[in-house]
Amino acid sequence: MVFCLAEAVSRARTSAHAVLEGPDINRALIRISHEILERTKGGEDVVLLGIPTRGVHLARRLAGHIRQFEGHPVPVGSLDITMYRDDLRTKPARPLGRTELPSDGIDDKTVVLVDDVLYSGRTVRAALDALNDLGRPRAVQLAALVDRGHRELPIRADYVGKNLPTSKSEIVKVYLEEHDGRDAVLLLKEEDK
Amino acid sequence: MKRHLISAADLSRDDALLILDTADELARISDRSIKKLPTLRGRTVVNLFFEDSTRTRISFEAAAKRLSADVINFSAKGSSVSKGESLKDTALTLEAMGADAVVIRHGASGAPHRLAGWVRGSVVNAGDGTHEHPTQALLDAFTMRRRLGSLEGRRVTVVGDILHSRVARSNVLLLSTLGAEVTLVAPPTLLPVSVGSWPCEVSYDLDSVLPKSDVVMMLRVQRERMNAAFFPTEREYSRRYGLDRERFARLKEDAVVMHPGPMNRGMEIAAEVADSPRSTIVEQVANGVTTRMAVLYLLLGGADLGGEDQ
Amino acid sequence: MSIVIKGARILGGEPADILIEDGAVAAVGQDLTGDETVDARGLIALPGLVDLHTHLREPGREDAETVESGTRAAALGGYTAVHAMANTSPVADTAGVVEQVWRLGQEAGRCDVQPVGAVTEGLAGERLAELGAMADSAARVRVFSDDGKCVSDAVLMRRALEYVKAFDGVVAQHAQEPRLTAGAQMNEGAVSGRLGLTGWPAVAEEAIIARDCLLAAHVGSRLHVCHVSTAGSVEIIRWAKSKGWDVTAEVTPHHLLLTDDLVEDSPVGSYNPIYKVNPPLRTRADVEALREALADGTIDVVATDHAPHPVEDKETEWDAAAMGMIGLETALSVVQEAMVETGLLDWAGVAERMSYAPARIGRLAGHGHPIAAGSPANITLYDASVRAEVDPGSYASKSRNTPYEGRTLPGRVVATFLRGRPTVLDGKLA
Repeated sequence: MVFCLAEAVSRARTSAHAVLEGPDINRALIRISHEILERTKGGEDVVLLGIPTRGVHLARRLAGHIRQFEGHPVPVGSLDITMYRDDLRTKPARPLGRTELPSDGIDDKTVVLVDDVLYSGRTVRAALDALNDLGRPRAVQLAALVDRGHRELPIRADYVGKNLPTSKSEIVKVYLEEHDGRDAVLLLKEEDK
Repeated sequence: MKRHLISAADLSRDDALLILDTADELARISDRSIKKLPTLRGRTVVNLFFEDSTRTRISFEAAAKRLSADVINFSAKGSSVSKGESLKDTALTLEAMGADAVVIRHGASGAPHRLAGWVRGSVVNAGDGTHEHPTQALLDAFTMRRRLGSLEGRRVTVVGDILHSRVARSNVLLLSTLGAEVTLVAPPTLLPVSVGSWPCEVSYDLDSVLPKSDVVMMLRVQRERMNAAFFPTEREYSRRYGLDRERFARLKEDAVVMHPGPMNRGMEIAAEVADSPRSTIVEQVANGVTTRMAVLYLLLGGADLGGEDQ
Repeated sequence: MSIVIKGARILGGEPADILIEDGAVAAVGQDLTGDETVDARGLIALPGLVDLHTHLREPGREDAETVESGTRAAALGGYTAVHAMANTSPVADTAGVVEQVWRLGQEAGRCDVQPVGAVTEGLAGERLAELGAMADSAARVRVFSDDGKCVSDAVLMRRALEYVKAFDGVVAQHAQEPRLTAGAQMNEGAVSGRLGLTGWPAVAEEAIIARDCLLAAHVGSRLHVCHVSTAGSVEIIRWAKSKGWDVTAEVTPHHLLLTDDLVEDSPVGSYNPIYKVNPPLRTRADVEALREALADGTIDVVATDHAPHPVEDKETEWDAAAMGMIGLETALSVVQEAMVETGLLDWAGVAERMSYAPARIGRLAGHGHPIAAGSPANITLYDASVRAEVDPGSYASKSRNTPYEGRTLPGRVVATFLRGRPTVLDGKLA
């Protein structure tokens, strides 16, 4: 037997419709970049940390936009939260993602965590725990491409690409060019029997 | 993953690569100031050591503790085991203590297989008799990969007492799974009669093999083998099969020298070879912790698979 | 009182009635009548089986087996006589011990117990035991063996072979060169190499057999070779017999069926010491050679080497476990599976190898006779048509170390008669 890797997408018969297309995603990220610059006084001491897998690509895109607008680079890194999850025992052991901090570290920086979908808030909780073991940022903020609601912890996003009301039975799937070959956010519903 | 890690033969190529990739990520953690992860909080790992092996036990202990598991060290010496308690009774005791994993080192080949039949938790083989030592092979493969990149097509030469070596057995199985070409070099007396059926080449002549080798792994040769007529004298063994300065000089420029320890300096390996920058002997120790963390995480870090495997 | 066995197929032949009177077969024919009737339609009648190689463990290891429990197992397996090996505690190396075992057998009464005497004092391989005293005792010992240990000293073996000629004895050698098998755990081959278990080379058995055949020829003595396990041993024995030398040999049921790869992978896991036995299980090629040798008469006898061990001696790591398997209650079934169902042996051949030949070699006058008028009524009725899963819990042996757990085996002993008296009826102790 081989390791069982977590498979997120339900095999049930589903119908999908696109909530965001490529240009929408781009606009949302540009907007978030501006908001980050506003809220952090020009991006001073900002570190963008993407949560693997797609959060890392989003963080890099945000960094690209910010450099375009401001002319100076923003440090980008990745923060894998697998070892800090509170639901490890519900699935077979998962492969680890990469944690890679910028060379200056995160102490006294404003860390912006970047994730694709904000849902229960448990991923962010794990990310906060992981950050705690890595250093002491001055502040931590959160950016999410999609906020689909249904929070289970007292956590909210500072920057949101799109607020998307969903039911718990629906699945939000984010596709990004770098990882999936196209940009889109889909809402998958299980078809009525 | 499987429920137990008892033999390197249990690992598919994907299994082995997942362990090594996981160890790669975990290795980064050993560079940070806080090395501990909360992943195995509340889990209990028992180190059940029937043979003295401080280095292996400490390595497993560090690995489990960095993952926040509770660690119980059960050394057979001075315990009820030395008073004649059977392995089975010991197993039932561990079971009652709620061990999620038992790391076992035992002088009898196959003891981990027996243990796995008596406990519900995961069994990790930390060396059984002259059978296997799969985490040593994993850490060796991890070390080679860090130095050489992929192991595909790499030539690995293992030299020494193959017959009695659990490290050699596990390495042959794992390295061939990972696509390396293994050659065993030993006097014929220290090779199993059936070695022809193993997935590797065999040679009696170290000098003919060295120039082609990307990795040379020297095994410890126990002096007591001499008394059982496996070879005539230490001097003759060292001359024919030792990695001395002259042989070392004939290695490829980027070739790596390994030794699972503990070494007999001057017998199977010359001191200056062991201490050279191309030797990975110290790295192997550090890599042992991360590799064992990866194994413990993959065995215990997910859902309890119960008896699904087997 | 007379008993008539109705409709039994003697040695698998046509149905016939067997009339038993005064402990002997009075008549064999059709439509016989007696005071009592045993319905044996569809059953095969065999002469009562004789085991040349049984460990009854008494005196000394009564936790593993006793003469009482071992002879119950023997009767249930269709045996009317067993040879009790000498490696008890104390060792059966004096007239006193062999008489004690013999008397215990008489008292148990279900199966004749013929003690085997040790060749050397305490099985130590140093000085001959009092072979003559044992031969002259009430137990009338004719088979001498250090079984469990090899008489490895060539001079001692030569003397033993010569000495027992005085009372028509035979030395049954456990062929195992001790230096070649120091610490040995299983057959030396591909499996032992993979498992890291110290190898037990075939040559350790074959070298001793070759030496002993030459010694026996040199001094003109009989030699019996215990539990032959390798193809090479078969070749040597075939060669010795071709010379006209007085060499006989036995094979165990387990060596006719099981192979060493079970140590690596079996229904009961890896490294399960239930498969640990001396001599060790060998390869498929050895099994084939042993079957062929038993069929062509190179090997004379099937002997069980019934070796009971308590659970705690088997539920251990491999190295620490005791060697041996029980076999009295499964021997006939295994022989049916390995030899009869493969077409290698008919039931007459089974009778020769499990009754006539062992009785001849052991010089047991009252056993191993054809089922015919005038013979002692030692008879086994066997149902070869059934097949069932092995259930160690059902065995009469005190021990449970059977290697067949989880397998199905053919056949069932329905009844056993010892000198006309049923010891087993309807598959249960009578």
